[in-house]
Amino acid sequence: MLEIKDLTVEIGGRKILNKVNLKVEQGSTTVLFGPNGAGKSALLMTLMGFSGYDIVGGQILFKGEDITHLSVNERAERGLGIMTQRPPNLTGVKLKDLVKVISNDHSLDTEAASKKLDMDRFMDRDVNVGFSGGEIKRSELLQLSAQNPCLYLLDEPESGVDLVSIEEIGTTIDELLSSRSKCSVDHHKRGNSALIITHTGQVLDYVEPDVGYILCNGTVMCRGNPREMLKEIKAQGYQECIECKVARL
Amino acid sequence: MQSGTSLKERAEKAIEKSAMYGEDFDLNEFEVATREVPQTEDLEDLDDEFKQTLLNVGVLTDDKERSGSFLMLDNAVSHSSLKDPNIELMSLHEALEKHDWLKDYSWKLVAVDADKYTAKSYLENANGYFIRAPAGQKSSMPVQTCLMMGHKDVAQTVHNILIVEEDAKLDVITGCTTKKGVERAMHLGISEIYVKKGGVLNFTMIHNWAGDVGVRPRTVIHLEEGASFVNNYILLKPVRSIQSYPTAILDGEGAFARFHTIAVAHPGSELDLGSRVLFNAPNTKAELISRTITTGGKVIARGEMVANEPHCKGHLECHGLVLKDGGTQLAIPVLEANVADVELTHEAAVGRIAREQVEYLMARGLSEEDAVGMIVRGFLDVGITGLPEELAKDIDDTIAQIGKDAV
Repeated sequence: MLEIKDLTVEIGGRKILNKVNLKVEQGSTTVLFGPNGAGKSALLMTLMGFSGYDIVGGQILFKGEDITHLSVNERAERGLGIMTQRPPNLTGVKLKDLVKVISNDHSLDTEAASKKLDMDRFMDRDVNVGFSGGEIKRSELLQLSAQNPCLYLLDEPESGVDLVSIEEIGTTIDELLSSRSKCSVDHHKRGNSALIITHTGQVLDYVEPDVGYILCNGTVMCRGNPREMLKEIKAQGYQECIECKVARL
Repeated sequence: MQSGTSLKERAEKAIEKSAMYGEDFDLNEFEVATREVPQTEDLEDLDDEFKQTLLNVGVLTDDKERSGSFLMLDNAVSHSSLKDPNIELMSLHEALEKHDWLKDYSWKLVAVDADKYTAKSYLENANGYFIRAPAGQKSSMPVQTCLMMGHKDVAQTVHNILIVEEDAKLDVITGCTTKKGVERAMHLGISEIYVKKGGVLNFTMIHNWAGDVGVRPRTVIHLEEGASFVNNYILLKPVRSIQSYPTAILDGEGAFARFHTIAVAHPGSELDLGSRVLFNAPNTKAELISRTITTGGKVIARGEMVANEPHCKGHLECHGLVLKDGGTQLAIPVLEANVADVELTHEAAVGRIAREQVEYLMARGLSEEDAVGMIVRGFLDVGITGLPEELAKDIDDTIAQIGKDAV
């Protein structure tokens, strides 16, 4: 589904990602761990094509196509969808109008979807303006349901969210990933794929992960069983992992 | 009180007097617009092109949803009809003949010698509309008026008086425009507006001119105790130069005024748009909200609030987008407090659309131009309601075009 090869990225001339290699198989949920400042968010923003993230080396392949230099909307059209940590305020743009525009060609029951995410009260509000942490996440998920991407790029879906909302958000993500996808092929266990950044691992209470990666200092340190990794990180922190990588070199 | 002669003398002395702001037009280059205009019994009888011109400034030819309709073409009245018998609508000249008391309202708020444009309007004995909502009358539907220039190279002079009496409520939609094919002309418009104790006036003005038209409105609004005035101004199409600085005088305790301005400066347009509020009584409130866009023209967004009495509260907001190089946004907010216990605030921001906002929408699958269009539409949405559907569509199309041009 997604293959990242030797990806090197700079922000304002400063190297943020260094020769990152990572794969997300079709229908798989891949989890990205790493300490603050490791470059996890930068990786997701780069994959979506946001400006300011300058690719100075390497390649991004999506469904076999080189998308390294495509525009943001071209990537969205091909099936990438993102939930960022801090989406911008859109003053004057009503959430209901945005969801309507996004679901243009799809058959999302907006009313049911907004009720389910407890966002029906927000449909006449300006997008993200005055939204709490949990409201932002639910609004992002509502937009993603309308967008129906093949690959979900989710940046810490549980951060800034209260315990009740986490359940709602986690369950919705699981449903979105399990739902019938425009990119699904029968023999895969799921239609949709995901690359999820998590610090706490809380989202893994709701979503079954297949593969885990650890990103430190802008590069991939290891790949493995995500639940094992989380256990290790919780017990030892990331230092162990860095040393492991150094030892292997 | 000044006698007519002395007003005339003052006007004659001011006929060459330049205005404080805006391009200095030579009025001698324009013919005086004609007073010989065709009379229209029913607006539905007008041809389709004419009807479309009216619609584009919010004036419906099917007047089912209007209390009354008034059309001034060049310098004379072409149509005047009234459905709501509880209010008055007629030409100002007619009204001055009918009501002896009305002369005390004429040229009382706007000075004849403010500049050459007011002087010219006085000396041409400008006609216009007279609207009165008598005490306690609440008209359920808006009165619509249209001021149209029907010939090129002429100067239209208009003088309107609007009176909302005690506890009355009135909505007015005014469309100012040029007939198709009239590329060059000059519009001078005097409006004297009185909102008496407890009265409410919602005034929406839509301008739609042509590329070489000069526009000089001169408007003053006088508000008594507890009176409320909301002004919506919309200009989305090209024009050569507009300079307007309406002033609301809050003269009674608890009076309130709000100005919404939405304007787009196309290449070659200079828009010098301001609004001014004088807080001359305690506990008065005002909001001045301006959202402007340049796609290559110049916008000067002025705003001035002067607090002369205690417990006044005012907020001024100028937001300007520069969508293309070559355009200019100049925000000039002025706050003046002459007593201690007042609260005046302002917020101004000019610049481009944040790239982050555009890309956020692109990440949802919108093309860049659709994303810009959506942001621009949101930017201009200050909650003006009650516009006819056809006009809303025209506004939508214009914004979509702006989105396309900006990318």
